[in-house]
Amino acid sequence: MSEAMTSTYREAMKEALCEALDRDPRVFLMGEDVGEYGGCYAVSKGLLGRYGPDRIRDTPLSESAFVGAGIGAALGGMRPIVEVMTVNFSLLALDQILNNAATLRHMSGGQFEIPLVIRMATGAGRQLAAQHSHSLEGWYAHIPGIKIVAPGTVEDARGMLWPALLDPNPVLLFEHANLYNMEGPLPAEAGAIDIDHAKVRRQGKDLSLITYGGSLGKSMAAAETLAGEKIDVEVVDLRSLRPLDMPTILASVRKTHRVLIVDEGWRSGSLSAEIAARLAEEAFYELDAPIARVCGAEVPIPYAKHLEDAAIPQPETIAAAARGLMGSHG
Amino acid sequence: MTDEHPFPLPGREQALHLLREMLRIRRFEEKSAELYSAQKIRGFLHLYVGEEAIATGVMEHLRADDAIVATYREHGQALARGVDMGAIMAEMYGKQEGCSRGRGGSMHIFDARTRFYGGNAIVGGGIPLAVGLAMASKMQGSDAVAVCFFGEGAVAEGEFHESLNLAAVWGLPVLFACENNGYAMGTALARSESQVDLQRKAASYNVHAEAVDGMDVLAVADSTRRAVERLRRGEGPVFLEFRTYRFRAHSMYDAQLYRDNDEIERWKKHGPIVRFEARLRSAELLDDGTLAAIEAEVAREIEAAVAFAEAGTWEPVGDLTKDVYSERGRR
Repeated sequence: MSEAMTSTYREAMKEALCEALDRDPRVFLMGEDVGEYGGCYAVSKGLLGRYGPDRIRDTPLSESAFVGAGIGAALGGMRPIVEVMTVNFSLLALDQILNNAATLRHMSGGQFEIPLVIRMATGAGRQLAAQHSHSLEGWYAHIPGIKIVAPGTVEDARGMLWPALLDPNPVLLFEHANLYNMEGPLPAEAGAIDIDHAKVRRQGKDLSLITYGGSLGKSMAAAETLAGEKIDVEVVDLRSLRPLDMPTILASVRKTHRVLIVDEGWRSGSLSAEIAARLAEEAFYELDAPIARVCGAEVPIPYAKHLEDAAIPQPETIAAAARGLMGSHG
Repeated sequence: MTDEHPFPLPGREQALHLLREMLRIRRFEEKSAELYSAQKIRGFLHLYVGEEAIATGVMEHLRADDAIVATYREHGQALARGVDMGAIMAEMYGKQEGCSRGRGGSMHIFDARTRFYGGNAIVGGGIPLAVGLAMASKMQGSDAVAVCFFGEGAVAEGEFHESLNLAAVWGLPVLFACENNGYAMGTALARSESQVDLQRKAASYNVHAEAVDGMDVLAVADSTRRAVERLRRGEGPVFLEFRTYRFRAHSMYDAQLYRDNDEIERWKKHGPIVRFEARLRSAELLDDGTLAAIEAEVAREIEAAVAFAEAGTWEPVGDLTKDVYSERGRR
């Protein structure tokens, strides 16, 4: 029945915002340049005129204050969506995110809920250099008390916000900055998706490629290339970085017995390291080869295009790692 | 300080109520120090002795639907707000009957019933929360206000400046209640701030600002009454600098190398309780018998609170990770 339509990741996010603002009068959006300017990535263009300045709030450049105000407003019965321009800027609000949003419920003995969504752009690929391009969602996934989701498709960009807002816990939603122009299928009746579970984006039997967000499309492209080489890759899109959907990951690994983790974040002490460690703990005897990873190079992301490309996972490096994994013996 | 009293005494009943509230805090804090020495209370313990007039005076003009955010030196605010004394003491014992189930301790008193949102131990970290609580109130069409207590040390934090500006830009009903006790832990204000007249900082954000004698409960109450009226009328945030002094060390670990005893003794002479008591006596609103009766009543409440804490139980270790997340499900 679904009418086949396409949309962009940006438009899908905007539709998700409109859905939330339409459905719940407690929902409002605040952040830097979300109103008059239309959002630094144009996600909220037009919303100020449609919903008014009370619900589409331009903030001063005060990340800590407006993220903290979002937490306070959530405590006070609202359902705020706070936009932080990029994950690098969110470090200015890290006190609020860690010491308050993630902490108040447990520290108060369970007295409060903080139904807050913080959206931010993450990732490299637009030659924005080292202070606008990092992938720090793995850091946030370290923190108990918050949930982390990352849409890697247009449909997920459309469908993650509403369930995140319904969650009584703070949810951080990471939009990959390089995906906003990406086109993809979006059924006319598209709505909430399952943010609790990873999704197998491509079935395969030879190896499990575990990834999310900005690396998903690259991983799918690599899988296509490898299919031509008779390497049958299963692609698992994490969707939720915290909590991790280990049953889905383990089911895939039990099927393929080989694992390649692709994460634009730095390798050391990372989300990819966490997944590898859990697989070593929970599925060691299922593995026919050592776990492999393709991660961001351990450098501040550089400006020059060829260096930036070399610093983050690419379809070619992902495919090469998969070939290496298939060549190793179990 | 002076025999002239700019703020008239209220009626006898109200006057004795204010004295009783300040004494509840003073005696509770003294008992807490004693229990700390006895190792019943552990961790950090920051006492409010000397500053009682502020919490007492401010709370006089708040309603049940107003929200409060305080700091790690918040026993006084919690008591004056009406958080149960037994639950506070049990919290400091680490018992699950504590107001925060023993997860927070002295620095993290929370009480949803009285809209008491901590107990924030990151200096300045609670200020944005108060802005958000005020924002929720305003967006919901309520005239409830949010009050944020913080010390003068927080004025050096970015969150203070960001929050005052944000509250002013959006005209939010926040009372910024700065308790200036002269020292950020051991650093005197003049050693850390180029501008020590704090109300001028607030005024620079177009926030209505006043400096208040924080050792005079009537001055505190009067300034708060006027501030809260402004807030409820929707006239934007207010900053009150309550000039005060803590008579005891910053925390129980503090050897107080940064100030001398003469200074402490000078301030103690115009402490909030001795001054108010003397004024009540000279107005013949208080006599020895009445004071003794109040002290006895306070002592009984503290005794009961300690007994409650002693009888409290430990949260089972199996509940360690309970309430990291709300498990209520999406709705």
